Amino acid sequence: MNLFKLFQDIEAVDGDATERLGYYSRRSLLRLGSKALAVSAPTVMASVLNEAYAQSSSVQDVLNYALTLEYLEDDYYQKGNAAANLIPAADKAIFTQIGKHETAHVALLRGALGSAAVAKPAFKYPAATFTDYQTFLLLAQAFEDTGVRAYKGQAGNLLGMDVLTTALQIHSVEARHASEVRRLRGLRGWVSATDEAPAPVYAGEAVTSQAGVDLVALTGKSADRVREAFDEPLDRAAVLAIAQPYL
Amino acid sequence: MEKTKTDRPAQAVDRRLFLRYAGVTIATGAVLLESCVDKDYMTTPISAATVDLGSGDVGILNYAYALEQLEAAFYTQVIATPYSGITDAERSLLTEIRDHEIIHRDFFKAALGNSAIASLEVNFSSINFADRASVLNAAKTFEDLGVAAYNGAGKLIKDVNYLLLAGKIVSVEARHAAAIRSLLSPKTTSFAGDDVVTPATGLDPASAPSVVLPLAQPFVRTTITANNLPK
Repeated sequence: MNLFKLFQDIEAVDGDATERLGYYSRRSLLRLGSKALAVSAPTVMASVLNEAYAQSSSVQDVLNYALTLEYLEDDYYQKGNAAANLIPAADKAIFTQIGKHETAHVALLRGALGSAAVAKPAFKYPAATFTDYQTFLLLAQAFEDTGVRAYKGQAGNLLGMDVLTTALQIHSVEARHASEVRRLRGLRGWVSATDEAPAPVYAGEAVTSQAGVDLVALTGKSADRVREAFDEPLDRAAVLAIAQPYL
Repeated sequence: MEKTKTDRPAQAVDRRLFLRYAGVTIATGAVLLESCVDKDYMTTPISAATVDLGSGDVGILNYAYALEQLEAAFYTQVIATPYSGITDAERSLLTEIRDHEIIHRDFFKAALGNSAIASLEVNFSSINFADRASVLNAAKTFEDLGVAAYNGAGKLIKDVNYLLLAGKIVSVEARHAAAIRSLLSPKTTSFAGDDVVTPATGLDPASAPSVVLPLAQPFVRTTITANNLPK
């Protein structure tokens, strides 16, 4: 077993692993005392590694989940950008740019995951998706707004880690995309009405209190403005339910 | 890798920070001592013209509060004195953004309670509010800076609930940034342009407070100090 390589791998997905490993081994060794050390060291090491791996595999889980969504987006824009007579000339540059980012996100996540990266699934789309621009736009909006909510829903699982920063850096780019696609559809760039479609993508967005503070009462602004000012997260089950028809 | 500081007693850190703090603000010792008594020295303005953001998660929330104050004040001015030739659609969009920023600002103030920094005095002398390009370019600067700031602050946050709140706001700032950029350059790649989103990685910037604050400070007359923020 190449321990050094192992630590590097763990470090690659979990910036604090080595530190935590050091802390756990110090603590375990202190508790065991020097007499027990000689016989128990391999056991201690194994349990430390299990803890580290448990942590790192949960990070891997998050990254593979993100990668799956990015595969979907990347695949979607590749097909859309390649389709003849779908995207009007005036909007080509916009979707080329969005597609470029999704391809980069896939490469970035695959690079971070290495051999642990999930393979790209085969995706399927509704019949009119790549022949009718309005259908294409609607689905693009759904994917982007879902992406924003999905990354937000995982932030807590990456608390304090370097990889959180990368996830946030992707998250805000998805929000830029969402804003642009929504505006192309004649909507506001921010999630606004309570009856936005598709409904599952916007379930739970109609929130007017944050951290127990009623923001309509506090600010005197309308419920619409308050809802728009905060994007809500979506958990993995809800996101996968949205993505399921395309998988 | 930076050595973890968690084995250092919190009081020792506080004392150390306090001593450093006191060293540079010794002239205002009387005010400082008074505020030490109620343990608010981390966030109590030491004069009308200086605020310190504080430490820990409270410091990060005050950092966000400071940036939201700046944005709210900016858009309030934009709507109070609209640039020449503003369209109804632009006025409506900018009014909505103003309201979002006011909501963000008031939320942080309420959430921070007694730990909130004072209201900042802004300085928009470099912005020509009568001129569309000047206003929208300033808006672009503020929105992109806000996105980079929240992205950079995320990993400094210890409490998962605060992290989620920051996440709920940063994507709205990114939506603003894209919309403002589209007003300046419609139907182009600008909404997520190569000048802000790194083409090779598809990543928005993430900037540390030490990078963001010097960029924000020219727009704020109040001096913002942030020596005690997490790094």
